[in-house]
Amino acid sequence: MSVRRLAAEQPEGFAFTPANLEWAKAQIKQYPEGRQASAVLSLLWRAQEQMGGWIPEPALRTVADMLGMAYIRVYEIVTFYTMFNLAPVGRYYVQVCGTTPCMLRGAEDIKDACRKHIGEKDHVTEDGLFSWTEVECLGACVNAPMAQINKYYYEDLTPENFESILKRLRAGEDVEPGPQNGRQTSAPLGGPMTLTDPAIYAGDSSAAEPGCAGTAIMDDKAKRPGAAANVREAGVPKPPLDKGRKPKAP
Amino acid sequence: MLQDTDRIYKNLYGLHSWRLKAARARGAWDGTKEMIARGHEAIIDEVKASGLRGRGGAGFPTGLKWSFMPKADSRPSYLAVNADESEPGTCKDRDIMRHDPHLLIEGALLAGFAMRAHVSYIYIRGEFIAEREILQAAIDEAYDAKLIGQDNVNGWDFELYLHHGAGAYICGEETALLESLEGKKGQPRLKPPFPANVGLYGAPTTVNNVETISSVPDILRRGATWYASLGRPNNTGTKLYCISGHVNTPCTVEEEMGVPLRELIDHYGGGVRGGWDNLLAVIPGGSSVPCIPASECLDLPMDFDSLKAVNTGLGTGGVIVMDKSTDIIRAIARLSYFYKHESCGQCTPCREGTGWMWRVLERMAKGQAEKAEIDMLLNVSHQVEGHTICALGDAAAWPVQGLIRHFRHVIEERIDAQAAKPISPSVPVAAE
Repeated sequence: MSVRRLAAEQPEGFAFTPANLEWAKAQIKQYPEGRQASAVLSLLWRAQEQMGGWIPEPALRTVADMLGMAYIRVYEIVTFYTMFNLAPVGRYYVQVCGTTPCMLRGAEDIKDACRKHIGEKDHVTEDGLFSWTEVECLGACVNAPMAQINKYYYEDLTPENFESILKRLRAGEDVEPGPQNGRQTSAPLGGPMTLTDPAIYAGDSSAAEPGCAGTAIMDDKAKRPGAAANVREAGVPKPPLDKGRKPKAP
Repeated sequence: MLQDTDRIYKNLYGLHSWRLKAARARGAWDGTKEMIARGHEAIIDEVKASGLRGRGGAGFPTGLKWSFMPKADSRPSYLAVNADESEPGTCKDRDIMRHDPHLLIEGALLAGFAMRAHVSYIYIRGEFIAEREILQAAIDEAYDAKLIGQDNVNGWDFELYLHHGAGAYICGEETALLESLEGKKGQPRLKPPFPANVGLYGAPTTVNNVETISSVPDILRRGATWYASLGRPNNTGTKLYCISGHVNTPCTVEEEMGVPLRELIDHYGGGVRGGWDNLLAVIPGGSSVPCIPASECLDLPMDFDSLKAVNTGLGTGGVIVMDKSTDIIRAIARLSYFYKHESCGQCTPCREGTGWMWRVLERMAKGQAEKAEIDMLLNVSHQVEGHTICALGDAAAWPVQGLIRHFRHVIEERIDAQAAKPISPSVPVAAE
């Protein structure tokens, strides 16, 4: 368990944007009559995205009122689920996985790189661009060490390529998520050793979708981590633009 | 070694498109209507005959689990798909969801039909945002093609919703998952009643892992005999193994159940860093199972029963390899920190015990402990194990027990080395 408290400074109020409100109502409809509390996580997520990465206290009340829940129940939930940030985070919110499989492959060095380039854990840089924290297993263990920056996973990190990612983000560049050493997702470095029989793809001439490495798939262009998160997730997927795109080596 | 034609996940590495058209070209959604026409019981019997065991860690026979669902009940039935993959060392469900999502959607329809459920929720972990977007797009494709939804072409009305978690390992426990789905803190429920009787919203519910569900369509398409011919008796079929840690080429791979551990490490993992002789220990099934030393790894078949025989488990199939450069005490201490962080706080032995074990291990990693504390730690781990509502207490205790079982000498040597230093800063730290 971890101790989590609301931030000392809170905004005056909170209201969903009309688009988010509409989205929230559609989410509530996914659950049976009288069970609208089930949508609490979705609504809190959307509130967090709208606020640029954290949940202020007035948003708890808004969500609770929308779902007919007692405030304390929603408070319980934001303090229980660790992905809800109770204080502002940087525009690029770096979550470094520190659990054993990543630790074995050098997560400590990645954390050192964070200390060097961003500063103390859980502190936002003065320009508001970065903050970092250590999290528990993010579930990309064969691509260790790795970090999540806002929505996407950056994998197979070394201190060098990780510093390069941070520098490029600071300079306002797009950095393609996924493995940073040029490998194909979770296949062994050097190429897959299985699934090499062309016969099993007799009817399937498709190529990799952009997004398999973890890039945004809903928009024409992969968004920078941190770019207006609340306009993400259009309901209709658009066709891929560049089918042959592979993760770039740093 | 498994032939490519016998593999279920043909797009495991995302070299091809995950979209409906490509998934169909690889065989998904082929003959789904005919499979449903066989009837509820026929599907359950086929899955039983295939010997499929749950891939989420416990290895409970899937067909048997489905048969616990009531056949006539005034309440609706639910299928909940557990995509809250958070076990350290495990990243298989992620690859299914981002590269072969239609296998999961088709499996959910078939499993939902078998247990007479018209509604299913996929509970995906909060961190998987890109995976959620892909899976949601695939679900939308299936709705648009009328493969699922009301009045679909397959003849079983079926609503499939994606539910997004928010970063709690415990929500991978089935009753905690249901609590979280209901919009509460993810704290496990007492069993009985089991979810098949009183589950989501008090209605009959079955919770299955992503890999379990997504292997169902191929089992029904190709027959239980095909699936049962793979692997070993009582441990049939294929399994996704994730090889991480100190190997040259970490990767996820689909192999037959019972594949020798050394073949996974040497062939797919590219060998242990510095050669096989440099191997110290392996955690064979995700962080919750005890580690085993190199001496037990040689011919070890990777399946539920064989691993149980050496006092560990297959768990989720997450193979964490540690070479001789590893500080094994620190590696296990980090796992103990993980369990301390993820304990939901409901049961005292787990809430207090996980933190206590972590703090003692941190001291042991520095050698700042007494030898008598090793047995005390073992004793405490046994007091946590089996005394909690869910298995997180057990999962926190087992890595510690594995460490003491196989590497007690390392802890003792470190204590001796520390004691030999001129000034011993061995100050006992009280439990908080």
